[in-house]
Amino acid sequence: MPLNLHSAIPSGPLNQKWTRHKMESKLINPANKRKFSVIVVGSGLAGGAAAATLSELGYKVKCFCYQDSPRRAHSIAAQGGINAAKNYQNDGDSVFRLFYDTIKGGDFRSREANVHRLAEVSLNIIDQCVAQGVPFAREYGGLLDNRSFGGAQVKRTFYARGQTGQQLLLGCYQALAKEIATGGVQMYPRTEMLDLVVVDDHAKGIIVRNLVTGEVSSHAADAVVLATGGYGNVFYLSTNAKGCNVMAAFRAHKRGAAFANPCYTQIHPTCIPVSGNYQSKLTLMSESLRNDGRIWVPTSQELAERIRAGELRAGDIAEDNRDYYLERKYPSFGNLSPRDIASRSAKEVCDEGRGVAPTGLGVFLDFRDAIQRDGHDAISARYGNLFQMYEKIKGENPYQTPMQIFPAVHYTMGGLWVDYNLMSNVPGLHVAGEANFSDHGANRLGASALMQGLADGYFVLPATIANYLATQTPGSVTAAHPEFKRCENEVNDRVRSMLQIRGDRSVDSFHRELGLLLWDGCGMERSKEGLQDALDRIPEIRDEFWRNVRIPGSGEHLNQELEKAGRVADYLEFAELLCHDALNREESCGGHFRLEHQFSANDPEVKNGVTQPGEAKRHDHKFCHVSAWEHTAAGKKPTLTKESLEFENVELSIRSYR
Amino acid sequence: MNLTLKVWRQENRKASGRMETYHAKDIPQEASFLEMLDIVNERIISDGGDPIHFDHDCREGICGMCSLTINGIPHGPKRATTTCQLHMRHFQDGETIWIEPFHAKAFPVLKDLIVDRTAFDRVIEAGGFISVRAGSAVDANAIPIPKQDADLAFEAAACIGCGACVAACKNASAMLFVSAKASHLNHLPQGEPEKTRRVLSMVARMDSEGFGNCTNQYECVAVCPKSIPADNIAKLNRDYALATMKEALL
Amino acid sequence: MKSFTRTIGSFWNSSIGKKILVALTGIALLLFLPAHLAGNLLVFAGPDALNEYGVWLHELGHGTAIWFARLGLLSAFIIHLILTVQLTAANRAARTDYAYPSTVQASRSSRSMMWSGLTILAFIIYHLLHFTLRVGNDYDGESYQTTLPGHQEKVHNVYKMMIDGFSWTPASIFYLIAVTLLCSHLSHGFASVFQTLGVRSSKTSALSGKLGWAYAIIIWLGFVSIPIAIWIFGYGS
Repeated sequence: MPLNLHSAIPSGPLNQKWTRHKMESKLINPANKRKFSVIVVGSGLAGGAAAATLSELGYKVKCFCYQDSPRRAHSIAAQGGINAAKNYQNDGDSVFRLFYDTIKGGDFRSREANVHRLAEVSLNIIDQCVAQGVPFAREYGGLLDNRSFGGAQVKRTFYARGQTGQQLLLGCYQALAKEIATGGVQMYPRTEMLDLVVVDDHAKGIIVRNLVTGEVSSHAADAVVLATGGYGNVFYLSTNAKGCNVMAAFRAHKRGAAFANPCYTQIHPTCIPVSGNYQSKLTLMSESLRNDGRIWVPTSQELAERIRAGELRAGDIAEDNRDYYLERKYPSFGNLSPRDIASRSAKEVCDEGRGVAPTGLGVFLDFRDAIQRDGHDAISARYGNLFQMYEKIKGENPYQTPMQIFPAVHYTMGGLWVDYNLMSNVPGLHVAGEANFSDHGANRLGASALMQGLADGYFVLPATIANYLATQTPGSVTAAHPEFKRCENEVNDRVRSMLQIRGDRSVDSFHRELGLLLWDGCGMERSKEGLQDALDRIPEIRDEFWRNVRIPGSGEHLNQELEKAGRVADYLEFAELLCHDALNREESCGGHFRLEHQFSANDPEVKNGVTQPGEAKRHDHKFCHVSAWEHTAAGKKPTLTKESLEFENVELSIRSYR
Repeated sequence: MNLTLKVWRQENRKASGRMETYHAKDIPQEASFLEMLDIVNERIISDGGDPIHFDHDCREGICGMCSLTINGIPHGPKRATTTCQLHMRHFQDGETIWIEPFHAKAFPVLKDLIVDRTAFDRVIEAGGFISVRAGSAVDANAIPIPKQDADLAFEAAACIGCGACVAACKNASAMLFVSAKASHLNHLPQGEPEKTRRVLSMVARMDSEGFGNCTNQYECVAVCPKSIPADNIAKLNRDYALATMKEALL
Repeated sequence: MKSFTRTIGSFWNSSIGKKILVALTGIALLLFLPAHLAGNLLVFAGPDALNEYGVWLHELGHGTAIWFARLGLLSAFIIHLILTVQLTAANRAARTDYAYPSTVQASRSSRSMMWSGLTILAFIIYHLLHFTLRVGNDYDGESYQTTLPGHQEKVHNVYKMMIDGFSWTPASIFYLIAVTLLCSHLSHGFASVFQTLGVRSSKTSALSGKLGWAYAIIIWLGFVSIPIAIWIFGYGS
């Protein structure tokens, strides 16, 4: 039975929808707000902001995070900046332009109304953050500085050196701390959500495990907000924090919430390559390096082999034997070609055996010419801190030896399906930030993730959640409801059965195996065969996991292997959903690239110069929709419901940055 | 490379801990310190043992979750580097490495190398914020802030709250953390209205959490992965004196 | 009034409040030392100069000034002592020792403040008993009365007391040890005053450190010069 996915987009002109919606939304009077309780899972930009703001409004909030402090959520790692259509630079920016850039950046696979609201709210976010004391970069006149970022021709990105995410998160965390101090928010750090409790079709609570004592307990509320981030770690290696996981979202999915567009995953081209199979994490290097660095590999396999073996160094390769493949293939954009193209091209040359990292997976990012042209000092002023970071990790000096880079999984645009109110198809279950699917379409532009997380948390949810709460009797369901006990038992059984396996293989070994499989089959380039193969292999790995995983210790104390096992067990199911979606979407768009769907020299669009061979080919007539998946059973194909995307204000065009 | 590890093992908060010896064989030089522990743990698990528990998350030096006192130095021998960004090439083959948790009474050990740093959160809850409701802010450019002040605020705000300063201090003082948090906000005009209250209550909370007192030895600065300067401590001392005078006399 | 006393109370009980008081009392002691030294160095100007100084000190403000100074110094000293002992006890309670202890940059002086301080305390008690209260010696006796030009009555022979006092080897050795530890104590204490009172910054930290050492060394040189001259070189005998 297809789901009833009502997007609840308000009527009226695009630029009045949000204002009108707020006007038409239900209100709850201050005295009554105190009676309503809300659970917020996750304490990053979306969750932390939502928890703090809902408490400011008067709701009783419980906030949960798996880290030891809400300040450590992975929003903290964002480097670049946050977009806002302030037009402080007087360079022609506007809410509409930010809206348009974001829609186009998302390859026309997101909702117009949501994205426009995001652009509108961006203005308030910057005001709010500055008032909280976020130390954005400033000019000598004391006013805020901006820089430009990928996919935009205006300077609209606000930044705090290379740690914008940390500064925004600290502002948000401090707002949360203020509310914890007043008693409005009860904070549960080192606590992981293991299940969603649905009572009479409404989300009314969660089951959590205290990661220190192992105690499993129930928490009931009038509404639940998930702000639990993305699922990039399904690939094992990604730029995500080690603890990032899909558990909360996937548990909600199993309880009925639709998962939308899981195949939209973003691969970032400039990360430090993997150096061995012990590698646990990939580190992102800011994309800005491509402004001055030239990307190349040797022209021949043989030379690449000798570099890998350490017999030759980059400097030994003559100019004629260097293939600056991006400059060769995309003469107009060169090294600044879009993220997906740069990523795929790197994979291509490495697949040809021309990779230069010891593992074969890595290409050079060379600053030799830039240093010769502009001098050591100029390059150091621009990229000094990034060069330092690289040297810290690799032990090589990028001023002398070119950097080695390779693409890595970075962000996931897909997520739980939500309507305009950020409510999923399970009434009462709201989803914010990276965990939902709503604003980035098939690809996210730089500096937009922070914007979306904070928009959802500070401004959207606090306004829209009342639409649901006003229909509810506060406190109508408590943790004494039998459904909580039932879910608790299920959770305990699952933990127990995992611990009882006592097999031979560590949790990480399964996670690594799954990650490699997905990277090959559902990574930068996807094909029907590859996806099919992955879909065949995933159940085998999952079966072995449930037969042969070894989790030492018990569930009654701090047990990191058990925590990881729960997350990996969910990834082993979620991976199938990801591949099903990728297989179903017979087009290429944004972060989803299907080998079968790319422009070739024979296409008219290539002939008349609109695009180039190898670029992503969308099929708007068939796939201009959101794919929302409903869980059936583990190992069974999920059922698909489509929410069609209407574009009234922008024209669907071929995404081109030429 | 082959290493001998002396690692602090402790069942739980109440148990007493001990140093245990492990042999880390065939560790790649390119591995990070935490990846070295991952490898050791894989082997412990396959030998049927209980892996060494340690805190970690982002593994890119910004979340502040990783800790570890390595050869007596929080975050190990390399300056301005978190444990997760410390790589094994900074150690010698055959070396013996001592790995202990961030020790301080205010940071009780939860298990092995994992400590409870929620005392820091409680200090922030005492006043480490600017009270501004979402939606009530004036335009971001309405209050110009001299670049110098903004830079000082940023320098203090770079603190990642890892707790190395406490772990390194012979007195387990939290002054570098608390002062960085306070001066980030105190440097800004937005932080001015609550300055007196903030300083007094954050310091009171810091004291009641059982941290020691600063004796101006700056071990904290030496181990701080973000090189937060001791100027912040001087500023907190000054702000505290002024706040007391204001509170007592005005 | 109530809120006033409460604020002062929490200042006294707070870590920063205590340290500020340690710094302020430290300043009083830091200021006393050069004055004391200057007076003592008059020993090199001969008996009359030193004895004249002694008389002047005792007669200043009709004999009240010295008591104000003594009272002030004593209270500064006692407050300094009580607070540092309290702070040290709190510090001990706050920390947990490492199996592999290590120090990155803290100076030896800074790490031995309590020991240098307590040795100085022992020395000061001895020093007061020796020269101020004159217990266990006959420095108040007839032989330590002398004449001074311009004075009709006999005055105390501070000069002779000093020469005799330092001619006794154990006293000089103890004095040298104490003054050396004092120097160490001052080198950290002097620079710390700036930090604790909030007037140190990255720009001035090197300067305050150097000033601390310069001050400590000048004080040390001045004070050790007297026993060395008397005990080793036989000055005044």
